[in-house]
Amino acid sequence: MTNTIADITQDSEVIMLVGSNPEHAHPVIGMQIRQAVQRGAKLIVVDPRDIDLSRQADIHLKLRPGTNIAFANGMMHIFIEEDLIDHEFIEKRTEHFEEIKKVVAEYTPERVAEICRIDPDKLREAARLYAKAKTAPVIYCLGVTEHHTGTHGVISLSNMVMMVGKFGKRGCGLNPLRGQNNVQGACDMGADPKQFPGYQNLDIPEVMDKFEKAWGTKLNHEIGTKATECFGKMTTGEIRGLFIFGEDPMRTDPNTRHVLRALSSLDFLVVDELFMTETAKLADVILPGRSYAEKEGTFTNTERRVQRVRKAVEIEGETREDTWIFTEIMNRMGYPQPHLTAAEIMDEIASVTPNFAGISHERLDSTEVAGRGLQWPCRSKDQPGTEIMHVGKFARGLGCFIPTRHIPSMELPDEDYPIIMMTGRILYHYNACAMTDKVEGLNEMAPDSFIELNTEDAEKLEVRDGDMVNVSSRRGKIQARAVVSEKTNPGECWMPFHYIGGANWLTSDALDSISKTPEYKVCTVKVEKIPESDYMREMSCV
Amino acid sequence: MIKLTIDGKQFEADGDKTILNVCRENGIEIPTLCYLEKINEIGSCRLCVVEVEGLEKLVTACNTKVKEGMEVRTNTERVRRARENTLHLLMAEHKTNCFKCLKNGACELQYQARMHGVDVPNFQPSHYDVQHAPFDEHPFLSYDPGLCIQCQRCISTCAKATGRHALSLERNAARVYVKVPFGDNWKDTDCEGCGNCAQACPTGAITIKRRKDYREWEIKKVLTTCPHCGTGCQMELYVKNGKIVDVMGANGPSNQGLLCVKGRSGSIDFVDHPDRIRYPLIKNKESGEFERASWEEALDLVASKFNAIKENYGGEALAGFACSRSTNEDIYMLQKMVRAAFQSNNTDNCARV
Repeated sequence: MTNTIADITQDSEVIMLVGSNPEHAHPVIGMQIRQAVQRGAKLIVVDPRDIDLSRQADIHLKLRPGTNIAFANGMMHIFIEEDLIDHEFIEKRTEHFEEIKKVVAEYTPERVAEICRIDPDKLREAARLYAKAKTAPVIYCLGVTEHHTGTHGVISLSNMVMMVGKFGKRGCGLNPLRGQNNVQGACDMGADPKQFPGYQNLDIPEVMDKFEKAWGTKLNHEIGTKATECFGKMTTGEIRGLFIFGEDPMRTDPNTRHVLRALSSLDFLVVDELFMTETAKLADVILPGRSYAEKEGTFTNTERRVQRVRKAVEIEGETREDTWIFTEIMNRMGYPQPHLTAAEIMDEIASVTPNFAGISHERLDSTEVAGRGLQWPCRSKDQPGTEIMHVGKFARGLGCFIPTRHIPSMELPDEDYPIIMMTGRILYHYNACAMTDKVEGLNEMAPDSFIELNTEDAEKLEVRDGDMVNVSSRRGKIQARAVVSEKTNPGECWMPFHYIGGANWLTSDALDSISKTPEYKVCTVKVEKIPESDYMREMSCV
Repeated sequence: MIKLTIDGKQFEADGDKTILNVCRENGIEIPTLCYLEKINEIGSCRLCVVEVEGLEKLVTACNTKVKEGMEVRTNTERVRRARENTLHLLMAEHKTNCFKCLKNGACELQYQARMHGVDVPNFQPSHYDVQHAPFDEHPFLSYDPGLCIQCQRCISTCAKATGRHALSLERNAARVYVKVPFGDNWKDTDCEGCGNCAQACPTGAITIKRRKDYREWEIKKVLTTCPHCGTGCQMELYVKNGKIVDVMGANGPSNQGLLCVKGRSGSIDFVDHPDRIRYPLIKNKESGEFERASWEEALDLVASKFNAIKENYGGEALAGFACSRSTNEDIYMLQKMVRAAFQSNNTDNCARV
């Protein structure tokens, strides 16, 4: 996030939510958005599905899945046409405005309305409401990124925010709600094939040199392979040994059949896990690691805030701290790595990562920080951290307009698979349920998988609310309980991704061209009613 | 800034503040029960009453703004008597049974009553006979109307802090009561089960059922960050005899004291769950079954297999994925292991999936 949760929910006149259902995916942010609406903030929801917040929205653009870029370009077309742009901001703080002007000129509200299947006047209304507001954050989530054009979707939103000068101010900015508790940190910490911690590119010789010196060893200079592309390389034998730390790609990655084939082709699979997950079952060795409550450390939240995690308990058995496990393997493989405490590791992180240079456990625990964490960039011990990014100047200098164009999703409805399926999260479970399905009450609240069908489609298929249906795509076939409503548009359906034997047997492994994120939000499926007697109960989360 | 006198001492204060704000900022204690800053400032319990020179009636400190030249007295005989009287009235309607109550030791009514020397109420209860039995069907939350003091902290929390509006104040003849979504129809309500109402409740009326497993004085509190989504809610783990028994929202910058249903009720059970893997396991190639191994065996096997692959096919034939649920320190060391020991840059995390 460029901004903080507090400023975008407390100091905003208008809030624009794009492809984000915070009441389910980030519930406490959802609560604060509801507070904002109650105190009078206007709400624009851009989402193919009715989310709870769309009931309170001033405008809901219920667009076709996979058309975010057309939407953003349409907004910018209107900004220019109606002179809602921030001339001074564009002049002083950005470059390449003329280029984007040319591209968005093609995106008239009428054309956008046709691509997105929305009302052009509602788009105009949204553009005016957002652009004219003094403070208005754009908040987005996986509905923007999980497309084969996801990165360009984010760029197009960034163009839109820049054009109206809403960067570097309280109650504004472009704010991705990051998924897992520490997905921000995982990216920050250099679990990335081409970047060391702190987004330092390994193909820059000085950076490589710095890490080789700091770690006292020669390193591989070849840029690595992104996780989602590793699976292909496993089937071809280019990757033969894999260490998976706490991930369950058998449930979380698209096209489960392909993942199964890839993991089964490995010479050696090691899984560091808490539970016998679907992925762990395929391992050669399972190493018992520790949960958040059994270790010291830090998580970095979606607003770049590094906060402490503290050890509360130890459990019976021979589990070990994960850093102990990695250190042992390093030593046994011939790289001498001393055992360090979490606080000492953070000191090492600070020493090689300029954006974290001012962060330490000692400081996080101090009265100076007073339990508020530190937001990176925090470049020295006397800096308070950075609440809002790009104030006065963008991190790269001038904000760069990068024109993007609408490209249809990789898989489009046809005769065989006529319905678009989206996937998403529900309030009561988290991702692969490894943690949440251990709670009886949560399982009672959300016991099994379901598919949301549009009323019109359901009528055609002769499916009633509660019926069991077969759902199939080019990649697999599953069963689910139908929930019939107007939440999705005709020709579109939605499924949660949490459950075993669930949505990811169907999803497409088409990847975003840059981030290599799968297109979870659009695949096409066929839905058929099945007689109750044929139904095998296998969708349960537990 | 305005000037005022409290208990004979001069203070300067912002004219927007209430008497309660100014007193608390200056270390002057005023008891409250219904007050929750910015959420419930309705002055209904009247425990915070003070005397203001020139005003005939006592005023509630929590929602009376300070004024230039105001003279406030917080601890006169009249004030003390009024507060005691309030507590007698509240206690009369409160089905007091502290031994049995889950909030024993954490109950604000119990605390105030003890501080004011009130034990047996001077008044007869007026409505025991019309009180409903506890609403207890919800998996995590329970409501006992007999313990409710109608302070409305729960209702305001649900309405103003969570924005859910799942609780309401209803009237039954002359009696007002809190309507809660924890009865047998809990699944058909708007309630998200977040439990922020229970955390706001000053008595044992709305409770988190986990409280039955501990008493307030038995626990150690550990401040940490929620393990679910990226909001980064701050919370306290309640630990009793080495086990986590409950979770409370802490006042962090991103959560303002709130938690969601997963944070409050989904952060405990998995930690020491019977399904946890507790020993290293090596798969027996012949049977396909996992067998318990020592750390020595498991780590040596991992290192030798990975080294063999590295020697035969190069570091690029190895990869290591980090976990986005784990700590920064873990992830840093994981990518260091892949880069320095595997000699590979095939490291990534689950951000993409």
